[in-house]
Amino acid sequence: MSTPALELSGLKKSFGKAEIIRGIDLSIGKAERHAIIGPNGAGKSTLFNLITARFAPTAGTVKLHGENLAGLEPFQINRKGLSRSFQITNIFPKMSVFENIRCALLWSNGYKYSFWNIVNRQRQLSEQADAILDQINLLGRRDLPAGTLSYAEQRALEIGITIAGGADVIMLDEPTAGMSHSETDYITDLIMKVTEGKTLIMVEHDMGVVFGLADRISVLVYGEIIATGKPEDVRGDAKVQEAYLGAALEEEH
Amino acid sequence: MDLILVNLIDGLVTGLLLFMLSAGLTLIFSMMGVLNFAHASFYMLGAYFAYSISLALGFWMGLLIAPLIVGVAGAMVERYGLRRVHQYGHVPELIFTFGLALLIEELVQFIWGKNQMPYDVPDILNFTAFAISGNSIPAYKIFMIFISVAIFIGLLYVLTKTRVGMIIQAALSYPRTVEALGHNVPLIFMGVFGVGTALAGVAGVIAGPVLGTFPGMAFVLGSIVFVTIVIGGLGSLWGALVASLLIGWITTFAKSYNIEMENVLNAIGIATPENMDENMFRDFWSLTSPQIADILPYILMVLILIFRPAGLFGKRTQ
Amino acid sequence: MNEQLKTDPTKPAQRMRAGGMTITLLPWIIAIIAMLLLPKIFTNNSALTIMNQMSITIIFALAYNMLLGQGGMLSFGHAVYAGVGGFFCMHIMNMSDFFAAMPLPILPLFGGLFGMGLALIVGAFSTRSAGTVFAMISLGVGELIAASSVIVVAFFGGEEGISGDRTYAQPFFGVEFLQQEEVYYLTAAWVIISAALMYAWSRTPVGRMANAVRDNPERAEFLGYSARWVRYYSFVASGFFAGVSGGLFAINYEILTEENLNAYSSGIILLVTFLGGVGFFFGPIIGAIVFTLVQTVLSLQTELWAFYAGSLFVATVMFFPGGLAGLIMMHVPAIKLGKWRLLIVPYFKTLLPAAIGILGLCALIEMIFHYRHGATGDNEMTLFWTTFDSHTIMPWIIAGAIAAIGIGIAKMTAPDLKDAWNEANTMGGQS
Ligand SMILES: Nc1ncnc2c1ncn2[C@@H]1O[C@H](COP(=O)(O)OP(=O)(O)O)[C@@H](O)[C@H]1O
Ligand SMILES: [Mg+2]
Repeated sequence: MSTPALELSGLKKSFGKAEIIRGIDLSIGKAERHAIIGPNGAGKSTLFNLITARFAPTAGTVKLHGENLAGLEPFQINRKGLSRSFQITNIFPKMSVFENIRCALLWSNGYKYSFWNIVNRQRQLSEQADAILDQINLLGRRDLPAGTLSYAEQRALEIGITIAGGADVIMLDEPTAGMSHSETDYITDLIMKVTEGKTLIMVEHDMGVVFGLADRISVLVYGEIIATGKPEDVRGDAKVQEAYLGAALEEEH
Repeated sequence: MDLILVNLIDGLVTGLLLFMLSAGLTLIFSMMGVLNFAHASFYMLGAYFAYSISLALGFWMGLLIAPLIVGVAGAMVERYGLRRVHQYGHVPELIFTFGLALLIEELVQFIWGKNQMPYDVPDILNFTAFAISGNSIPAYKIFMIFISVAIFIGLLYVLTKTRVGMIIQAALSYPRTVEALGHNVPLIFMGVFGVGTALAGVAGVIAGPVLGTFPGMAFVLGSIVFVTIVIGGLGSLWGALVASLLIGWITTFAKSYNIEMENVLNAIGIATPENMDENMFRDFWSLTSPQIADILPYILMVLILIFRPAGLFGKRTQ
Repeated sequence: MNEQLKTDPTKPAQRMRAGGMTITLLPWIIAIIAMLLLPKIFTNNSALTIMNQMSITIIFALAYNMLLGQGGMLSFGHAVYAGVGGFFCMHIMNMSDFFAAMPLPILPLFGGLFGMGLALIVGAFSTRSAGTVFAMISLGVGELIAASSVIVVAFFGGEEGISGDRTYAQPFFGVEFLQQEEVYYLTAAWVIISAALMYAWSRTPVGRMANAVRDNPERAEFLGYSARWVRYYSFVASGFFAGVSGGLFAINYEILTEENLNAYSSGIILLVTFLGGVGFFFGPIIGAIVFTLVQTVLSLQTELWAFYAGSLFVATVMFFPGGLAGLIMMHVPAIKLGKWRLLIVPYFKTLLPAAIGILGLCALIEMIFHYRHGATGDNEMTLFWTTFDSHTIMPWIIAGAIAAIGIGIAKMTAPDLKDAWNEANTMGGQS
């Protein structure tokens, strides 16, 4: 078996006394589409933050293509080909939509910290950015400040920024949260399209999206993965049923 | 030994004075997340107002009324200035208080002129309290210590023991929640700003007679006050106290003991180079501690910011 | 069809489309021609001195805005980089053999390199974060270096500072820079070059990422860029151009003192930059020009000029955080809609009375000042070409009336202006 794209072992995280992630072992293969589901507050976003070094883990390791990421900064991890989006939209609100995408393209196109290239002169860079804008349906908003876009448009931009750099491991945190049905369908198609042949790890609440997209699903409850497997196996799992039923009951009260 | 005692008292006076400013500043910072560059300007206003009042009504009325006026002025600045600029973000806020500091200095020159005011220690306190082997300690210094300590205790009491203090503390950390509980948070902020500036005003009233009441007095003390709260840890009242005393004592001792850099360097094993006159670093070798006393706080601050950015008592890591 | 066009003073300038090359170059060509012609129009030495001062301030303010406007870093001690660059240039001027073999026009380059050298050192620890910590480190380092200027006499020359003579340099194509006009052209050339380079910088990958890091450092980190390194590069580049301005200062004034380093100078450059507007590249240029004019012209007229400048600054921060450049660019949508003409008359009706009212207010302020601080027995004062006795009631009534009526009319016509503004910025309707 080849090295998995992402491998988590014994991952733990505590905030003060509260243990939010309680030992996660998970292996995600290359070009796999993996969904992480679970009730609110289960620690899904925290798990993302641990993988991308937004937070330092209390214990455990994260390996990307077999390489231990311990001690690396978010920008170093990104350079290794892992890109993520955020649950709470995280864009550059004062810059134009086009510039948002172009900034996301710079490092992966090898511009690094160069101060001898004029970005406007790099035709291929602008074309690439426009192509992505076209893909996420924002070409018409190209020159507006990103902060003035509607919520759904900002979510689309968030995804655009995430995929622009061409990372081969893509992590999306609730990409369709707060969207209407038609918008959700559109975003789902988009995700399908842009993650072709890539590893996708996605947190999602919409079960339609999850079962439509995912090759495998992990269920995270109270910081532990209680089940991992093919969608149909997970659906039938007794523990999952119980956890979801429990959560649903709790919410009613 | 006696000299040490005298220096300890002098340093304490300086430190407590600094604390009266830094306490308000650090409270305001933890509330609004912005350093009020004009804080020392309110200290200056305190001195000038007190001087003008003392001409008509005497020193004690000045001590009573001037801080009140300064506090009201501070509250107005918060209400009509800062609150407006707040929406633009932190950097414009900082710039606003900076501009305000410039403006207040110009305003003071406009009203009172460029010269030092003859604002003096009141006669009733103008005597020697006691002497330590020939070094007389004026009663006014004892009075300053007394006032600052009283204020510190009062502040601590209000913040930790009263209902208002509880609400303020809660509003500092959880403004939304406190607002949802039906408290008027903007009013609390305005009040804290007013009290903070009034404290600076008190400091000005009692420091004016000894440190001089002149248009540059805010500038002289202003940046040291920032240094103090940065060293203590932004937002920490205890940090402000410790850092104030630390700076008070360090500068006082550095000024009164003439330690030469050459001796220090020799003591740690670096030999004095020959033909010193041509050496690029000759000024460095002949440095004495009184010369660098005034920049010691800055050196301390830069070191703290490099090695412990949160300050001595700071909680925030960013 | 009633969609409002929103104007955002911080929005980056619109990207130039096809054929935009000429549009981008046009301002530069105009600037170059203007700079070539100016000394032919204002020929006396004091005008040249003012223009040189302006040029130096332009470079410094642009360099400062690389931090504040483009990188979101607020520095309270940036004078240090200009000053240290200048002091090094002064020392080079005094190294007779070396200086005699060097043409004067390249001296500012050394200023830049030394300013950059200092920025390389300080930036290594100060750019770790933006915000308050950066501001405080900049203040601390600035005070430290300014204070050591009185201590390290060998380098900074103590209270007197150090001076030199630019004419000892190797003649540059026969020019020895004895004439003020020759120095003017040297300075002007450096302004154009520096401004062009700084503009180009803002269009490079680092320059673009500086904006990104300013807006959202965390997101930038997840795009492969270290926010700290991006800040560091901006800081070093800014130190370089600050140093260039210091070198030009050395050439122009042939003396540098503690004043070139201290917090006052650092504060002034913040004021200049913010007044001009941090959101646009040309903002600091406008700021430098306006401020230098205000400083030189107003300071000849009134002792209170710093008071007015301070008030202007505070008013800018409170009401026009986009600065003068922001005010200008606010009108772009109306111009694009072709409806800017609608604004002329309302502007005239509001701004003219307002200006007159403010002048009346200034007159009152001047009179109070004279009344309080004038020498005893000297009751005469001259204001707006009129001489009168400030201790009689009449002038007070007149000035008060002018102020009240002017501002009153402006207040009355302000709603009309607001309506016109909305109308001019609305699509559709008759145009
Ligand atoms: N920075 C933090 N400090 C303290 N607690 C946190 C922090 N981030 C998340 N948590 C806690 O961790 C738990 C899981 O949060 P999160 O990962 O956002 O859940 P999910 O994304 O699954 O809804 C929540 O109880 C939240 O309060
Ligand atoms: Mg979440």
